[in-house]
Amino acid sequence: MKYESQKVALAYFIVALALFAVQVTVGLVAGYVYVAPNFLSELLPFNILRMLHTNSLIVWLLLGFFGAAYYLIPEESETEIHSVKLAYIQLAILVVGALGAVIGYVFRIHEGREFLEQPLWVKLGIVVGALIFLFNVSMTVLKGRKTAITNVLLLGLWGIAIFFLFSLYNPSNLSVDKMYWWYVVHLWVEGVWELVMAAILAFLMLKMTGVDREVIEKWLYAIVALSLFTGLLGTGHHYYWIGTPSYWQWIGSIFSSLEVLPFFAMVLFTFNMVWKRRREHPNNAALLWALGCAVLAFFGAGVWGFMHTLHGVNYYTHGTQVTAAHGHLAFFGAYVSLNLAVMTYAMPYLLGRQPYNQVLNMLSFWVMSSAMAFMTFTLTFAGVVQTHLQRVLGQGFMEVQDQMQLFYILRLGAGVMVVVGAVMFLWSIFGPVKPELIERDTSAAPAE
Amino acid sequence: MFDALTKSAARNIFYGGSLAFLLIFVSLTAQSHVYVVNTSTAKAPITESVALGKHVWEKNSCINCHTILGEGAYYAPELGNVYVRYGGDKDAAGAREAIKTWMKAQPTHIDGRRQMPQFNLSDKELDALVDFFAWVSKIDTQNWPPKVSG
Repeated sequence: MKYESQKVALAYFIVALALFAVQVTVGLVAGYVYVAPNFLSELLPFNILRMLHTNSLIVWLLLGFFGAAYYLIPEESETEIHSVKLAYIQLAILVVGALGAVIGYVFRIHEGREFLEQPLWVKLGIVVGALIFLFNVSMTVLKGRKTAITNVLLLGLWGIAIFFLFSLYNPSNLSVDKMYWWYVVHLWVEGVWELVMAAILAFLMLKMTGVDREVIEKWLYAIVALSLFTGLLGTGHHYYWIGTPSYWQWIGSIFSSLEVLPFFAMVLFTFNMVWKRRREHPNNAALLWALGCAVLAFFGAGVWGFMHTLHGVNYYTHGTQVTAAHGHLAFFGAYVSLNLAVMTYAMPYLLGRQPYNQVLNMLSFWVMSSAMAFMTFTLTFAGVVQTHLQRVLGQGFMEVQDQMQLFYILRLGAGVMVVVGAVMFLWSIFGPVKPELIERDTSAAPAE
Repeated sequence: MFDALTKSAARNIFYGGSLAFLLIFVSLTAQSHVYVVNTSTAKAPITESVALGKHVWEKNSCINCHTILGEGAYYAPELGNVYVRYGGDKDAAGAREAIKTWMKAQPTHIDGRRQMPQFNLSDKELDALVDFFAWVSKIDTQNWPPKVSG
């Protein structure tokens, strides 16, 4: 850590990880409700649980992005953050908003568009927090060195704020509502969030592999170009069946199929950089998470997204457990892993501890990733069964759900393992530092 | 091939191309907006009651169990065509009564069955909700869902 103000990131990461704990815990409860549907059905019905699960996910990922930005921008810009005080004020606003939303949901205070259930005052708080953030980081970048990483990161973060404004528009025509709802949801996760993701991955590669900045930044521009060239018109895959014109079936199918490309490019990029590395960075756990992020995002967002994106397929799979399968692995691969990667990288510096529990952290990667993969497989199987019975044979929804019970039990098991992995991760970061479980041998001479 | 591409060329392609795709996307959604308002959702007017129904739908966070036009949670049935599933296209009064009765009878308390909460809606709100479902069922969705089961 070269700049004092980078320390701001620590507070952001701690709050983010606390919400991560909330997210996986509520996720586990919701997974249990699928198996034992009478559980909590009056106290905390499923709709409330799901709001808590998805909203805490979104907010902790955003807090992680903000923390990552505060961590990396000083190093990239070679200057202290414009105002540390503003950064903490921003965090305080977002924490009050997040807590207000969570507590409010429990007492049935919410709006009702999926993922945008926050009451208006929370939405406005988010906008104010985002404006403070953008002012703060933009001023920092303006007074310091400008790099491709900060350019792309800032563009992504500005995009997040701008597209969020569409959440304030709620027309009474459901089809129009849905069209602009996707301006927030799709243009975030399959648009500007990818810019943030690519920029953070580029920063991690720069630091950990020591490959030339010129090479890394060229990759970065190529990746984000692929992201937006495919992702913007790829929104069309949400415009198949909501009342929008039929030409979206072709535009959506073609461009969203190509959305695989930026994720594949991220796999090529990260593995190439590690292959060509010029230094051995001691933080292998962070490297593992970064490589894992690229691979799991490619499968979760790329392959699993492609699986049901062609309109002829989507006609049958739309809104089944296939979508749930894709959603889970895409978010875990692309954005959860990314956040855990940058936290794994930055935390030892922020907490001033070296060495730290790397082996435990790497184990948590394998436990969480394999559990998420298993969850994705079970939901995919469930979705295939559902698609056939409900959409081809025309059986009733609840009748079909009863036949998917086995998969929901398996998914609950996977959920338990995700929570175990998350606890291991948190322990590796915050628990006492112990000698590594496996001693590292750094004396070996290169083989002839 | 990748070597021939310089960083500044990559940057220019990114900015220029993204702007172009953004403009195409925004113009197409503008065209779609007009199409939705004038064509695909024009079969039935959005009355005050339909708008209230949408508000009731949102206020009770129905979308976090159900789906509507395939979007939402996947815990409970699709409601975009629920009006048709209850026979509303043939017997409007019968479907209205059936949906309202169903809503009032929740939760079922049946062991091992997914539970829908009791939302204690007024008669006006229930009617508005049915009006909303009736309106949604008339949207031209390119024949989605494939079966009336949703």
